[in-house]
Amino acid sequence: MSGESKQVILDPLVDNNPITLQILGICSALAVTTTVSAALVMCIALTSVTALSNASISMIRHHIPSNIRIIVQMTIIASLVIVVDQILKAYAYEASKTLSVFVGLIITNCIVMGRAEAFAMMNPVSISFMDGVGNGLGYSVVLLVVAVIRELFGSGSLLGVTILPLVNNGGWYEPNGLLLLPPSAFFIIGLMIWAIRAWKPTQVEKPEFKINKVENL
Amino acid sequence: MQKNSTANILLVALIICIACSVIVSAAAVVLRPMQVANKALDQKVNILQVAGLWQQDQTVEQMFTNIETRLIDIEDGEYSQLFAQDEFDQRQAAKDAQLSIALTKEQDIANINRRENYAKVYLVKEQDQVVRYVFPVHGYGLWSTLYGYVTLESDLNTIYAIKFYDHKETPGLGGEVDNPRWQAQWQGKKLFDPEGAVAFQVKKGNVQANDVRAQYQVDGLSGATLTSNGVTNMFHFWMGENGYQKFIQRHADMEDV
Repeated sequence: MSGESKQVILDPLVDNNPITLQILGICSALAVTTTVSAALVMCIALTSVTALSNASISMIRHHIPSNIRIIVQMTIIASLVIVVDQILKAYAYEASKTLSVFVGLIITNCIVMGRAEAFAMMNPVSISFMDGVGNGLGYSVVLLVVAVIRELFGSGSLLGVTILPLVNNGGWYEPNGLLLLPPSAFFIIGLMIWAIRAWKPTQVEKPEFKINKVENL
Repeated sequence: MQKNSTANILLVALIICIACSVIVSAAAVVLRPMQVANKALDQKVNILQVAGLWQQDQTVEQMFTNIETRLIDIEDGEYSQLFAQDEFDQRQAAKDAQLSIALTKEQDIANINRRENYAKVYLVKEQDQVVRYVFPVHGYGLWSTLYGYVTLESDLNTIYAIKFYDHKETPGLGGEVDNPRWQAQWQGKKLFDPEGAVAFQVKKGNVQANDVRAQYQVDGLSGATLTSNGVTNMFHFWMGENGYQKFIQRHADMEDV
C-alpha cells in the first residue's frame, strides 16, 4: 500500500475521526449501539456504502454537472443503501430486524454525503475508495467502543454472551438501565471526545469568541 | 457539449436515474425469494417456540409437521375454509375493510381500532390429539402495538406459553415482555374464572401466593405499568366476546375437562 492510501485509511481512525472530530453521523451512533452485534452489522453496512459511493461518484466526477451534483450523490447513495438493506434482509434477517429503519437511514448519514462531496468529487477512484473505507472504519471504531460499553454494562453481555450475570436472571449484576437508552451514547461519545482531545490537544477547536475584558470603567 | 449546459444536466440525470433504478430493482428481484423465505421461517420459529416444540437439532419443517394450521371465523367460533392458510395474512386482514370490523370505544379495550374476522390458529398435535392451541394476539402497550402468540392447553383455559414477536416498548422496562424468566411464570395460569369471565391479569407488583386470584395473575413488569396494562387489556379483548371466546366455548366443551 502506498503511503498516501495508507494515510487516507489510518487518518480517520483517530486524528480525523468523523464522529469525534467532525461530529458527523451521531444519530445512528445513538440508535444502534445497544448491542455489539447490531453495531457490527451497521459498521459493515456503512463502511461498504461509504466506500462504494465514494468510488462510483469519483468515477463519474468529471461528468457530474456542478448544479445537480448533490442530487446525483444522493441518488447513488440511496441506491446503494437500498441494495445493502435488501442484502441484509436476504442474508442476515435477524440483524436486519434489530437494525430496522437505521439501515435505510444510512442515506442521511452525514459521513457518506460528506466524504462524497469533500473527497470523491476531487480525487481519483482508488484513493476515494480507500477514503471511504477509512472513514467507515473511523465510524466503526467509535460505534464499537460505545456498543461494548453499553452492552456490557447495560445488559451484562457481549455479542449476546453473558459476561456479568444479571440479577433478573439470578446473577449478581444490577444492570444500568440508562445505558440501554439512546441518551447514554451521548455521554459516552462526549467522554470519548474529551479523552481524545486531552490526548491530542491539536484537535481542540479555537474558541469562536473571545470575551473582551473591559477595563477602566 | 458543455458540462453545465441544460442538455447535459438532463442527460446525466437521466442516465444516473436509469442506472440506479436498474441496480435497485435487480437487487430487489433477485433477493426477493430469500427474503420471503426468511420471513416465513422466522414466523414458524416463533410459533414453534411458543408451542413448546422448538429443538435445536431439528429442521423447522420437521418440527412443523406436528402443527396443523387452521383458519377460524372469530365471529361464530368455527373453523373456516374461506382461504387457504398460506394466502391469509392476518395483519393485512386487520386493515382490510372487508375482512375486519371497526370496534366501538367500549369494545376496543386493546386499542387496536379494527379486528380481523378470521384468525390463524395453530393446533399442536401429539398422536392426532390436539394437545395445545396457539392463538395470535395483539394490543397496544405504551409506545406500540405488541404482536404475539399465546399457547393454551387443550382445556383452552390454562396458559402454556406466551411470546411477543413484534413490539417497540422501552428496552429494559416494557421491553422485558421478552424476558424468558417473566414469561415462564405464565405457564399454568388460568384465563377464565368459574363463571367464564376473563380473570387473567398482569398485576401491578408481585403476585401474593396466598391470594385467591393468584392463579389468574402474573407479576407486573416493574417500571412498565402501561405496558403491563396493555398486555392485560390484550388478553381481556382477545379472550373476551369479541375475541376467541366463542371458539373457546365451542371447543373446550368437547373436551372432557
